Amino acid sequence: MQFALMIYHTPEEFDMRKNDYSDPHLAAWRAYYKALVEAGVYVGANALEVPETGTTVRIKEGKRRVQDGPYADTKEQLAGFIILELPSVDAALEWAARCPGAARGAVEVRPLAPEAMRRGFTGE
Amino acid sequence: MNEVGQEDTHRTIERVARESYGRLVAYLSVDTHDLASAEDALSNALVSALNHWPQDGVPKNPEAWLLTAARHSLIDVIRHQKVVLESQPTLKFLTEDSTETTLSTQFPDERLKLMFVCAHPAIDPAMHTPLMLQTVLGLDAARIAQAFLIAPKTMGQRLFRAKTKIRSGGIPFEIPQESDLPERLDAVLEAIYAAFGIGWDDMAGADQRGRDLAEEALWLARVLLQLMPGEAEVQGLLALILHCEARRSARRGPDGHYVPLSEQNPKQWSLPLMEEAERHLTEALKPGRVGRFQLEAAIQSVHAERARSGRTDWAAIVLFYEQLLRISPALGTRAGYAAVVAEAHGPEQAIAVLDAIALDDVSGYQPYWAVRAHLLQRLGKTREAADAYDRAIGLAEDPAVREFLLRKRG
Repeated sequence: MQFALMIYHTPEEFDMRKNDYSDPHLAAWRAYYKALVEAGVYVGANALEVPETGTTVRIKEGKRRVQDGPYADTKEQLAGFIILELPSVDAALEWAARCPGAARGAVEVRPLAPEAMRRGFTGE
Repeated sequence: MNEVGQEDTHRTIERVARESYGRLVAYLSVDTHDLASAEDALSNALVSALNHWPQDGVPKNPEAWLLTAARHSLIDVIRHQKVVLESQPTLKFLTEDSTETTLSTQFPDERLKLMFVCAHPAIDPAMHTPLMLQTVLGLDAARIAQAFLIAPKTMGQRLFRAKTKIRSGGIPFEIPQESDLPERLDAVLEAIYAAFGIGWDDMAGADQRGRDLAEEALWLARVLLQLMPGEAEVQGLLALILHCEARRSARRGPDGHYVPLSEQNPKQWSLPLMEEAERHLTEALKPGRVGRFQLEAAIQSVHAERARSGRTDWAAIVLFYEQLLRISPALGTRAGYAAVVAEAHGPEQAIAVLDAIALDDVSGYQPYWAVRAHLLQRLGKTREAADAYDRAIGLAEDPAVREFLLRKRG
């Protein structure tokens, strides 16, 4: 069963990312990645650029609405995600707690939609 | 009533609720086996107390008042369930003139039976501790869920399922017979120790979740000893918890950083708690029925000696660990043993202890990697040590432990 760990950063955490890439924070993330791979649960991951670089598009009444910034107007913003293959949500919460992002920000754990739904999307 | 008086009343209700919760739930469910209804009835009684006591004053015997109110509520609950009352033996218990029992303070303390029910072999072992925390101490599902890192809704459902099984699964509310007692008691002790948190074994794997429950576990251990005075292992468990609890404030530096046991300042340890622990341990060891918790307490007792002598008798700790391994060769014990072997006989021998553990068993076990990293560093194997540190860091949950390991890794 696959789970997404969605990592939310505070503005301070995003700032840190921009200014100081050689700090021990990164060592913690690298170690976390290593632990995921060694445990055989890692499927994939990606990080997002800072929220200010986002642009949000909507079509409303046939008209384009384009807006600067991220979709959600919240203090903590999506910073990246990790996909894991795990037997249960209990295990997913365990890994979320170990995620360095959980100590400064938040990690949302959500199961990926079942394969059938994904196939409906891709048409495969 | 003035505001100060009201606040006092609320505090009284809180105190009575805390002290009486388990006694009342146990008494109300011992015949019906219906924990959920007993808890509902008691929470109705507590709400009613919050409504009445500030105006009418706190009754002379608050516990008896709560029992009467809870009984009335329980009768209502059962009526709502449209159970044929006449056929229920429980009705007799519920409706029999309750004044007599409740006016005398004495009603039997059934908490021990309740503890054995919570840790019954027919109940999923993962639910033993949550059940005990809820039914004996009255912690709510959300708080328990925090500690066990489970979604509150899920914890609520699991507790509910466990209680349904207790009600309809024929799990007896009784104290096990002599022949079953050691094994059954073990499960109860295990559940209390789990609440205390396996992370308190003073390796760099201190578990954040355990800390929040430490006081609850201490409370449970005290209740259990009160109910089973003279049980060596119960007293051993209490001694163990007290010794660990004594070091609580020494485990963090002023800025919140993690301080391992070897670097703690014994002056920061709590002398009264250590003395209480020693009293219990001495009592526990008297009958000469050594068990796991007495040995674990003995190990902590040797550590505590440092407060007096300024040194640690590692050879003694090694001996206690070897006895402990014969009784319970758990992963945590083996990793802990390696750490003390390193102090007594050097890191080479300690690495051999770790190498004897199958790798599959430790891929997700943080303390193993923390100990291994430490030993490899002492042996000057910098690259292998860094690898092991990475594993320990990646598996760490406590940010303070993570920072500590990152610093040591260099």
